[in-house]
Amino acid sequence: MRLSSTAIPSSETFRKNREAHLALLDQVREAADHAAAGGGAEALKRHVARGKMAPRERVAALLDPGCPFLEIGATAAHGLYHGAAPCAGVIAGVGRVMGQEVMVVANDATVKGGTYYPMTVKKHLRAQEIAEHCALPCVYLVDSGGANLPNQDEVFPDRDHFGRIFYNQARMSAKGIPQIAVVMGSCTAGGAYVPAMSDVTIIVRDQGTIFLAGPPLVKAATGEVVSAEDLGGGDVHTRLSGVADYLAEDDAHALALARRAVSNLNRAKPATVQWQSPEDPAFDPEEILGVVPADLRTPYDIREVIARTVDGSRFDEFKARFGETIVTGFAHVMGCPVGIVANNGVLFSEAAQKAAHFIELCSARAIPLVFLQNITGFMVGRKYENEGIARHGAKMVTAVATTNVPKITMLVGGSFGAGNYGMAGRAYSPRFLWTWPNARISVMGGEQAAGVLATVKREGIERKGGTWSAAEEAEFKRPTIEMFERQSHPLFASARLWDDGIIDPRKSRDVLALSLRASLNAPIEPTRFGVFRM
Amino acid sequence: MCGKMNLQLFHLAANIPGGTGGGAPRLHQQESAMFQKILIANRGEIACRVIDTARRLGVATVAVYSEADAGARHVAMADEAVHIGGPRPAESYLRGDAIIEAALATGAEAIHPGYGFLSENPDFVAAVEAAGLTFIGPSQAAIRAMGLKDAAKVLMAKAGVPVVPGYHGDNQDPEHLAAAAEAVGYPVLIKAVAGGGGKGMRRVDRAQDFATGLESACAEARTAFSNPAVLIEKYVEMPRHIEVQVFGDGTRAVHLFERDCSLQRRHQKVIEEAPAPGMTDQMRAAMGQAAVRAAEAIGYAGAGTIEFIVDGSDGLRPDRFWFMEMNTRLQVEHPVTEAITGIDLVEWQLRVAAGEPLPLAQEEIGIKGHAFEARLYAEDVPAGFLPAIGTLSHLVFPPGVRVETGVRPGDTISPWYDPMIAKIVTHGPTRAAALNRLARALEAAEVAGTTTNLAFLARLARHGGFAAGAVDTGLIGREIDGLAVAPPVPAAARVLAVIAAAGLHEGTGAGFTLWAPLRRAVDFECPAQLQITGPNRVCVEIAGTAHECRLAPDGWWVDGLKTSARFHVKPEEITVFLQGAHRFARPDPLDRIAHAPASDLTLAPMPGLVKAVFVLPGQVVAPGDRLAVLEAMKMEHTLCAARAGEVAEVLVAAGAQIEAGAALIRLAEEEAA
Repeated sequence: MRLSSTAIPSSETFRKNREAHLALLDQVREAADHAAAGGGAEALKRHVARGKMAPRERVAALLDPGCPFLEIGATAAHGLYHGAAPCAGVIAGVGRVMGQEVMVVANDATVKGGTYYPMTVKKHLRAQEIAEHCALPCVYLVDSGGANLPNQDEVFPDRDHFGRIFYNQARMSAKGIPQIAVVMGSCTAGGAYVPAMSDVTIIVRDQGTIFLAGPPLVKAATGEVVSAEDLGGGDVHTRLSGVADYLAEDDAHALALARRAVSNLNRAKPATVQWQSPEDPAFDPEEILGVVPADLRTPYDIREVIARTVDGSRFDEFKARFGETIVTGFAHVMGCPVGIVANNGVLFSEAAQKAAHFIELCSARAIPLVFLQNITGFMVGRKYENEGIARHGAKMVTAVATTNVPKITMLVGGSFGAGNYGMAGRAYSPRFLWTWPNARISVMGGEQAAGVLATVKREGIERKGGTWSAAEEAEFKRPTIEMFERQSHPLFASARLWDDGIIDPRKSRDVLALSLRASLNAPIEPTRFGVFRM
Repeated sequence: MCGKMNLQLFHLAANIPGGTGGGAPRLHQQESAMFQKILIANRGEIACRVIDTARRLGVATVAVYSEADAGARHVAMADEAVHIGGPRPAESYLRGDAIIEAALATGAEAIHPGYGFLSENPDFVAAVEAAGLTFIGPSQAAIRAMGLKDAAKVLMAKAGVPVVPGYHGDNQDPEHLAAAAEAVGYPVLIKAVAGGGGKGMRRVDRAQDFATGLESACAEARTAFSNPAVLIEKYVEMPRHIEVQVFGDGTRAVHLFERDCSLQRRHQKVIEEAPAPGMTDQMRAAMGQAAVRAAEAIGYAGAGTIEFIVDGSDGLRPDRFWFMEMNTRLQVEHPVTEAITGIDLVEWQLRVAAGEPLPLAQEEIGIKGHAFEARLYAEDVPAGFLPAIGTLSHLVFPPGVRVETGVRPGDTISPWYDPMIAKIVTHGPTRAAALNRLARALEAAEVAGTTTNLAFLARLARHGGFAAGAVDTGLIGREIDGLAVAPPVPAAARVLAVIAAAGLHEGTGAGFTLWAPLRRAVDFECPAQLQITGPNRVCVEIAGTAHECRLAPDGWWVDGLKTSARFHVKPEEITVFLQGAHRFARPDPLDRIAHAPASDLTLAPMPGLVKAVFVLPGQVVAPGDRLAVLEAMKMEHTLCAARAGEVAEVLVAAGAQIEAGAALIRLAEEEAA
C-alpha cells in the first residue's frame, strides 16, 4: 500500500524546517569541501608539478565514468590535529571499476606527505572492514610516507593500528577478496607492505618507490648512498625485485592498468535477494527537509521519511497496531527488498519484542535490514523495569547483534543510550552507518546528564547542610550541557569515525541503495541467533 | 498495357516444364517476352540498382562476385550468386567467359553489364550472343562504331552531328599532328584515341609546348590503353559538359533530355544535374535532335549517352555544342534523368532488350522539376583526393532522398575497386529546391569508419556560383583551395567527443557523490576534464574553457545551444556528426610501452659458452641485430641489440665460458638528444 503524507509544503513549519536543515547542511558541506581540498592549493600545486594527478582525480580516473562514488569518512579528522589532516589524509569509498564494485583507498600526499595519523589508520581500517564484510575487492592508490612519527604511539602498537592494515590484506586475500595496489608515490617502511601484501601491484616509473628504509635511513644505518629510484623505484621492483608486477609510465597509465587488473578478477555477484524494477518514491525526497522537524524534541511520524525513501512509497507495514513506537515493514529501495526498522517514539517492551520478531523474520528470509534511528532510549520507570523492559530490550539487541543479514543504519535524529544498541549502532557492526546533519549521538541527552550530575552534587551539598541556589546549579550544569552538545554533534562524531559519514538527507535513498548494493557483493549467510531471554 | 502482356507471358512461361531450369528452352526467343532470369555482370551500387528494378518486374536475378565481394550487398540481394574469380577485376568482373558460363549454368537468359567492366566491350557482346544469350545493351557493331573516338567523330559528322574542330586522322607523325594543331588553333587538347577517364589527355596553349604535351599524352595512352594514338581537338573555353540521354530500339531513338556534368575534378564527374542550368528550349531541341540522329545513325538499341562539349562563355547557344563521344551503356548519373522524367531506365533496358518497342514516344516524354546527384566517395580530399579504404562502421542517410549504394553498414571499402560509397540523388520542383535538398542531405549523411568527400560535396552544394548556375568544368579546379580544406571542427563537436571518450554520450548516470562531484581527466587529443554535475549534466573543460552540457530527450545541448549531434563510437575512434563528420582518435590508455631505457651493455642471461660473436668494435647495429650466440642448457640463445648504436667494445671471444651477468658487448653511449 502506498503511504500517505500529511505534510503541507506551503506551510510555515515546512519552510522553517527546511531552512534549518539547509543551514546545517551548509556547515557540513563546508567541512566536506575543506576535506576534499586536502593539503590545500599550494601543496596540490607542488604535487601536480611532479607529474602526479590530484588524489581525487586519481580516484575519478580509476572509477567507471559516471558511476556513483560512496565516500567513507568524508569529514574524518575534522577539527583534529589542529586541522593538520583534512579528510584524515586518505580518500576512501565504494566505487565501480569495469562494472565491479570495489573499495578504493587513496592516500592524499598533499596532506603531510600522506602520512598516517591515528584517524588515517582508523579510516583505512574501516574501509578494509567494509570491504571484508561486503567482499569488495580493494584498490589501494598508495602515496604515503608511512606512520606519522609524532603520533607513533597512537598509530603503531595497538591491535587496531598500522599493522592491522596488512593483517587485513592477508586475511582478505585468503578469503578470495582481491587486493590490488597502485604505487604512485612513496611506500616507505611499514607502508612498503601495502604493495608487497597485495595480489597485484602496479608501480609508476620515476615516481613510485617501495622500500623498508628510505635513502636517508640507509645512509645513517650503513653509510650506503643510493638514490630513491635505484633503491626501490619502479624499474627496480618490476625488473629485479619482483615486489611490483606492472610498470606504468604515469598515473593515467597506472590507473588504466589497475582497471584492467580489476577486469581480470573473474568475479560475479552472488545470488542474494530478488531484485525488482526500481521506482521513484511517490513523494519527492527533496521534501524530507521540510517534513522532519529541525528540533529533535519535536515528534513526527517516521513514515513521512519512509514515504520519501522507498520505491513507489510502498510500505508493507508489519504489526502496525502493536508496539506502535517502532515501525517495522517491508519495502524496496531502488529495487532491493529491505526490512525497515524505524523509531517512532520511546522504546517500550512491546516495541522491542515486535522489533526482535521482525528482525527474526527478515533473517529467515535473508532480507537486508535498514534501521532509521531516532531514539531517546528505552522507557524508564518502575512499571517498565518491573515488567522486564531490560529483558525485552535484550531480545532486540540479541536479534540485532546476531542476525547475518546486511544491516544499514541511518541516524536521522537522536541516538541516545541503549536505544543506539537496539537500533544497530556502531557497536553492532552495521555494514554502513550514515548520519543526518541534524542527528545527535551521546549516552544520554546533555540536560539529563547534567541533571544526574547536579542531583548527585546537590545531595552531597545538602548532606553537609549546605545550600545550592538554582543559579549555582545552572552554572554547574552549563559546562556539561555544552560538552554534550559539542560532542554529540555529527561533525564531532564523524571526525572520529563513529559513523561512515554525514549525508544530505535528500540523498538518503541513493545512499541506502548504494550501501545495499555494495553489501550484496557478499553472500548472505544463514543466521543463528543467540539465546533470547523470553 | 505492356504490364498485362508480361503477366500473361509469365504464366505461359511458368507452364512450360522446366521453364526456369538451366538448359531449358529459352523464353527470350519469343517476341516481347520479359526475361525470367537475368545475370548482372557487375558489382556495387549498379548491380544493386539493376536487381531492384528486375525484382519489381518479377525477373529473377543472378549476381556474380569476386573473392573480395563474397559478402557484398549485391550478392545478398540477388536470388542467386556465382563466384567467378579473384579480387582483381581481370580475374573476375572482366572475365567474360566465366560470366557467360555462370549465366548458362544458372539459366539466366540475358546479361546486364552495368557500367564499366565489360559494358562497352564488343567482343563480350559477341560472345554473349554466341552463347545464345541476350546482351542488355546495344549491338557489338554500335559499340565498335563509338569505341574509337576519331572514327566516331567522322561518323557523326557524316550524320550531321556537330563535332569539335580537330584532327582525328591515322597519321600520328608528331610533325603532322603539330600542323593539325596549328590548323585547329590554340589552345588545343591532345587526347588518347582509345582514352577515357582523363588519361592520356593534355591541354596545350602554345605551339612551342606541343611536342612535350604530345610525348607525355602518348606515353600515358600507351600505358593505360596499349594504344599511343592520339587526336587533336580545339580546346573549348568555359567548357560545359552537357550530355543527352538517348534510348533506341535498334532503328529509332528518343532522347530523355540533357544532364549537365560540368562539375568535374580532373575529368571525374562530382555532381551532376538535370536539366542543365540556363538551358533554352531551342538549344534543348537542337541537342536532342542531334543526339537522336547520332543514335539512329548507328542503329542504337538500349540506353546510351551522347556527350557534348558546350562553349558556355556566352550562354548556351545552339551553334556552340559539339559531339564528344557516345557512352554505349547506362551512365553512373542516370538517376537524375529518371528523377525528372519519371522513367525507370533499367526497366526500359530490360523491356527493349526483351524485344518490346520503346515504351514512350518522344512527345510523351517531359521534364518535371530538377534533380541532382552527388557521388560520395571514400577519399581524403584535403590530402589530394587520395582514395581511402576502411570498414563503414556507421552509414546512415537522411530520409527523403534517393540513395544508390552497394554497401551496408559494416561493409568494407576495399582497395580492389572504385571507392564509391553511394550516389545521393535529390529532386525538387526548382533547381534551388533540389540543390538545397542535396546540400542538406550531404550535411546530414553520417559515414564513419573511413574518410569521405562528404564535406567537400556539401561545400560544393553550397557554393554560390554553382547555386547561380554558373557551372563549367574548371570550377572545382579554380576553387579547390576553398572547397578541399578540412572543415573546421566546431567547439561543440570537440566537447561532445570528450563526453563520448568517457563513454557518457548516451547518458551520464548521476555521477553520485555525497558532496562535491569528482573531476575526471579524459584521454583525448588535448587536455580535457569532465565533471558530472547532475543526471545527464556534464561540465567539460578543454584547454581551460568550461562548457556546460546537458543531455535532453532531443539530444545534447552545449553551452545552452541545441546541437542535434549524433555519435559513432568505436574503441579506437569517435565520430561526432555535427555540421559534418568529425573524427577523433581515441588513444588506448594501455597502449604505452613500459620499457627500461636500453642499457649500453649486453649481459649473459645465464652461464654458458660463447659460440659466436657477430660484431666488431665500430660496427653500427640496429635494434634486434644479432650480436652473439650463447650455448647454455643444451640450447643456443641469440643475444640481440636492444637499441641502435655503435659497438664500442667486444668483451668476450667465441669459445669463452662465462658466468651469468657477464658483460659481452658494450655499445657506445647514446648522445643526449
